[in-house]
Amino acid sequence: MTSKASERLEFRDPKQVQAFQRALEHLCADLKTPISIMHVCGSHEQSIARFGLRSLLPPNLQVIMGPGCPVCVTDMPEVDEAVYLAEQGVILATFGDMFRVPGTVKSLAEAKAEGADVRIVYSPWEALQIARKAEREVVFFATGFETTAVATAAVILSGPPPNLSVLSAHKYIPPVMEIVAEMPQTRIQGFLAAGHAATITGWKIFERFVERHGIPVVVGGFEPLDILSALVQLVELIRRGERRVVNAYPRCVTPEGNRNAQRLLWEVFQTESGVWRGIAYVPNGNLRLRPTYAWADARARFQIRLSEWLHDAPPRLTQECLCGNIMAGIATPYDCRLFGKECVPESPVGACMVSSEGTCRIWYEYGGHVKGPTP
Amino acid sequence: MCLGVPGKVLEVNDMTALVDFWGVRKQVLLHTVDSPVAPGDYVLVHVGFAIRRIPTGQIEETLAFYETLLRTAEEDLMAADVQEEMGAGEET
Ligand code: SF4
Ligand code: SF4
Repeated sequence: MTSKASERLEFRDPKQVQAFQRALEHLCADLKTPISIMHVCGSHEQSIARFGLRSLLPPNLQVIMGPGCPVCVTDMPEVDEAVYLAEQGVILATFGDMFRVPGTVKSLAEAKAEGADVRIVYSPWEALQIARKAEREVVFFATGFETTAVATAAVILSGPPPNLSVLSAHKYIPPVMEIVAEMPQTRIQGFLAAGHAATITGWKIFERFVERHGIPVVVGGFEPLDILSALVQLVELIRRGERRVVNAYPRCVTPEGNRNAQRLLWEVFQTESGVWRGIAYVPNGNLRLRPTYAWADARARFQIRLSEWLHDAPPRLTQECLCGNIMAGIATPYDCRLFGKECVPESPVGACMVSSEGTCRIWYEYGGHVKGPTP
Repeated sequence: MCLGVPGKVLEVNDMTALVDFWGVRKQVLLHTVDSPVAPGDYVLVHVGFAIRRIPTGQIEETLAFYETLLRTAEEDLMAADVQEEMGAGEET
């Protein structure tokens, strides 16, 4: 193995890991065609890469990462809106992951270097605290999937000060699974669904997906044993041609999910169609504030004139970035000419190299598929 | 930005709880939790908000994973994510 992480690989229960490995080998031994499984979760990819799980899989079982990282799928115009507002003089608060994501013209980090007031927060609640102390307008550039949008909703419903507003780039996972399932190039036979998003939505939400696409879904946790056990169950379902949802992460995921969180989420947000960076136009894939909450919606409160501002934007290397294909599961970072050369974590060209959940970043840090081509 | 981290509830005050994450104590918000929590419960925390009370009896396995990560913490992306999530609660 090539990755530095593999040297300190540590499993909670190596015996069980071996048992799962043997089960997978056995299940895949007589397959006529290889199996492709997609997970939709940056944390899954981190765990898979960190613990070198791909090296334990039989060669005819492929686990690929789909559009599972909210930072990576934040569309460039959304970053542009945030940079635009920061340059208009508001205090722009956002998660650390978003800080260096390239926009069309520049990243928030670059805007800050030029004097804009950009603050990194760990929680939407911190943005609210900043607004309480500040006299100026504070805009929280809100990214993340439904899990994180719930927290943003709670802040909006908690009676925030009038100088706080939200620029929502929140995304909703279930619709993008539909898109990826339909991409002819991907040929996904099973989905490993992400535990923490399902903590909110519950696992029943995937039943309609299974009915529509005939692809089984297993909800899994992040620890190596969780992932391996979920893979065993998924391969069993695929082999038997069984189309259903299995919850392999019952300690965090229930059939109905977190009802209280869902109530907050849908009170404040509604789904809208829009682009996920690199992937596609995703019907109902964006979470936007409902008109009732226009008072807290940065898009309603400020005039964001992107087209004039972008008018003379110079072309950037970003045009060569393959993040989209990587997130759709049809390319790997090794296919990108810029990987590890022009594009490194210190000076990322694409979003997938910025975020700690981005495939390019993870492969850069840990090495990728050991059976894959080397750079 | 995307992980949830388990912690032990020490005190509950209306909509906030004092939660212990491996010795680091933080105020965590309870607006988003799925069922009422009490001292001694474990909760899964995401960006400073509790999103799930983890049933007792299932906590060991959940904790073991994070402990493995934190034990080998230096310069690890995933450990950094865990630490970031722990950083999200308000200092006490
Ligand atoms: S290596 Fe960089 S430029 Fe290439 S696909 Fe990944 S993020 Fe994009
Ligand atoms: S938001 Fe949750 S489900 Fe999505 S990548 Fe992060 S941890 Fe995984």
